[in-house]
Amino acid sequence: MIPLTWRKVKNGGMTLLMALFTLTVLIPLVLIFIHIVRMGVSSLSLDFFTQIPKPTGEAGGGMANGMVGSALLIALASILGIPVGIFGAVYLAEYGGSRIATTIRFAADVLSGIPSIITGMVAYALLVVPLKGFSALAGAFALSLIMAPIVLRTTEEQLKLVPVSLREASLALGVPLWRTTLKVTLRSAMKGVMTGILLAVARIAGETAPLLFTALGNQFWGKKLTEPIAAMPLQIFSFAISPYEDWHRLAWAGALVLVAVMFTLSLTARYFGRSKQSGL
Amino acid sequence: MEIKVHIDNLNVHFGQTHAVKHVAMAFPTNSVTAIIGPSGCGKSTVLRAINRMHDLTPGARVAGSITLDGADIYGRGVDPVAVRRQIGMVFQKPNPFPAMSIYDNVVAGYKLNGRFNRGEADEIVESSLKRVALWDEVKDRLRANSMELSGGQQQRLCIARTIAVKPEVILMDEPASALDPISTLKIEELIEELKEKYTIIIVTHNMQQAARVSDYTAFFYLGDLIECGDTRKIFTTPEKKQTEDYITGRFG
Amino acid sequence: MASDTNIHRWKIEKGRSGDVIFKGITVLFAFFILLILLLMVVEMALESLPAIRKFGGSFISGRDWDAVQGSFGALPYIWGSVVSSMLALLLATPLSIGAAVFITEIVPKRVGGVIIALVELLAAIPSVIYGLWGVLIMAPWLQRSVEPFLIKYGGFLPFFQGAPYGVSMLAAVFILMIMIVPIITSITKEVLLTVPASQKEAAYALGATRWEMIRIAVLPYGKSGIMGAVILGLGRAIGETMAVTMVIGNTPQISLSLLAPAYTMPSVIANEFAEASSKIHTAALMEIGLILLVVTLIINILARLLLWSVSRQKGRPVP
Repeated sequence: MIPLTWRKVKNGGMTLLMALFTLTVLIPLVLIFIHIVRMGVSSLSLDFFTQIPKPTGEAGGGMANGMVGSALLIALASILGIPVGIFGAVYLAEYGGSRIATTIRFAADVLSGIPSIITGMVAYALLVVPLKGFSALAGAFALSLIMAPIVLRTTEEQLKLVPVSLREASLALGVPLWRTTLKVTLRSAMKGVMTGILLAVARIAGETAPLLFTALGNQFWGKKLTEPIAAMPLQIFSFAISPYEDWHRLAWAGALVLVAVMFTLSLTARYFGRSKQSGL
Repeated sequence: MEIKVHIDNLNVHFGQTHAVKHVAMAFPTNSVTAIIGPSGCGKSTVLRAINRMHDLTPGARVAGSITLDGADIYGRGVDPVAVRRQIGMVFQKPNPFPAMSIYDNVVAGYKLNGRFNRGEADEIVESSLKRVALWDEVKDRLRANSMELSGGQQQRLCIARTIAVKPEVILMDEPASALDPISTLKIEELIEELKEKYTIIIVTHNMQQAARVSDYTAFFYLGDLIECGDTRKIFTTPEKKQTEDYITGRFG
Repeated sequence: MASDTNIHRWKIEKGRSGDVIFKGITVLFAFFILLILLLMVVEMALESLPAIRKFGGSFISGRDWDAVQGSFGALPYIWGSVVSSMLALLLATPLSIGAAVFITEIVPKRVGGVIIALVELLAAIPSVIYGLWGVLIMAPWLQRSVEPFLIKYGGFLPFFQGAPYGVSMLAAVFILMIMIVPIITSITKEVLLTVPASQKEAAYALGATRWEMIRIAVLPYGKSGIMGAVILGLGRAIGETMAVTMVIGNTPQISLSLLAPAYTMPSVIANEFAEASSKIHTAALMEIGLILLVVTLIINILARLLLWSVSRQKGRPVP
């Protein structure tokens, strides 16, 4: 008969162990944030936001082209990614027979789990090879493939939350189904849908791998959409692995800005989503 | 007449709600006491206070004393874990562990005490299942998953699991309300047999069941103990009008 | 369920042109997702064909990767991916499950909410930033402090032999572990939340301590969901590109030593693809991509099936 005291000791011991594990899980977060802020803040300056990188070895310079490039890529990606996500979700929520809907939903989930570098390879095969060159378009396309499944799943969840009675009320007034869906159902779910879109944007803002051989990166300002373009994650990557201290500092600053932007987007998204959903 | 469990001035609060008010009662050894009353009268709350289940509910406050063989189970330094080994509980909806076989379910509590002796465990399984009249039905499939049993069988399995740790008192919270009439009958017969070895306290909303099964009955209303005594007396010549109204179905 | 919102099944407004066009558009976009998935598999297969035809099985068993000579054996990359992912998973799983149990069963809800929010913050950090921190902070630290220690006290073992470079299999394992813990933790937490209170009460009523209750009622109940979470974590580890590329050393070699630099499948693609020197080189890289795709697809489908069965049983959606 094991005395109760031993069992209590074991209970306490396991509790301590799990607390330790939790601490271990959270420590990297603290370390990473401390480093990003400490190393990145010192390099932030007006130059950082307005200049392009200086040639190797020279001090100064900035990541202006990367910031603009990233913004452009995200905007372009959204042109394909958002409609596919939203209208695809409308199909699943409003029309889909359950077999087909399940398959497409499953496909979207599987798609989100595919390594993003493969998305880049597919975009390469579809857009870089035929157009005979790396381009912002190819990069945006790769990003849209990552964006679409995310927007699809979140939008579908939101549409399902809209009560059937709302649709019925509109239909009973003689409004055609397509109009009902657009003006009533979608509008009602809009807050939550926006949240999903913002989260998807935050996600692709940090993606690097799909851009490695589509947008490629650019030391200067890109002139055409059919040319390579700079992007922040790409620059952070090349600066980080370079042997130059100056570029390392730029990388940290870039990381700080990127994380700040993503954080703001996520916070905004959650703020929007808060009034709609409970218990998330 | 020996008293197994004694409750004195029991008050239970959930936040601001005063759910159980100044309850005092005694449960004689090797008897069956039924606690009856309309929904929300506090009967389950009283039951759960006896095996310190409220310790697990944030915001619940239990005041007063409850003694087992004279020792206050809420006394300083008393471990609720130890209390619950001596005071077992059977729940309304059968809750066998779905990841375990019938055999493993029965010995789940016994295993907690550490030294697992296969011979002893086999004995415990057989004797516990025999006591709940389940042995013949499952002896050839002890390794089968517990969820393969019917609702009535699962509940008897849960009772077997409870008695396998050899408690002194068995608390039952509406043990048959989720079961069909035949299983209910079997459970009631079981309770009659179990009182030989254990002291049983059963909460039920079924008055006829209380009349059939118990030696003593306590009637609760809105958190107060209205009347308590010999079952025969409560059901034929109750002292309080409220009791009589409830028994005769005028409310609840 | 989908049928609640499926007004179209009620056959109202049949045949109106606006409805038909609208429905058509939505069908188009929805099937686009399916199309993309299929297209990916087909494209990758097609592009790898030249390499598959030329090298056959020796692609997977060959250790020699020489673009100049035109010989391509991918074993070092497969080795690198498998070893780094499995070791990272081995380390991450107990940490994640422990943290999830801590969050759901031990601390009050409020505290648990804060912890999980922090964990989700970790999950949102882009791979390239993990890599930045890894190559500029973690790897040098490994080189300075950890690896010499391992060499000194564990050097008799084949796992800790060689010079301390910092960038190594060890660094990759650590960074991967840090990156997959958040995913496994948050899904496990969701799974644990589906355990019904009656199960926990049954354990407590038998006189179990809290840890014993967790051990006999909570964890067994969540078994398949936890398995799904772990497998999902494995999938994430195998596909991780940027962070690993930046800390693993990018040397195609097969070594038992954790201190040796190594190379993974996504890393070689990331490093060589943009400047692939010949058609066969590109095809070989595509074939590596195909292997990666097939492996992650299988893993993801397996994980989703496990998690989906948990959702269905318990009626509470699991991400």
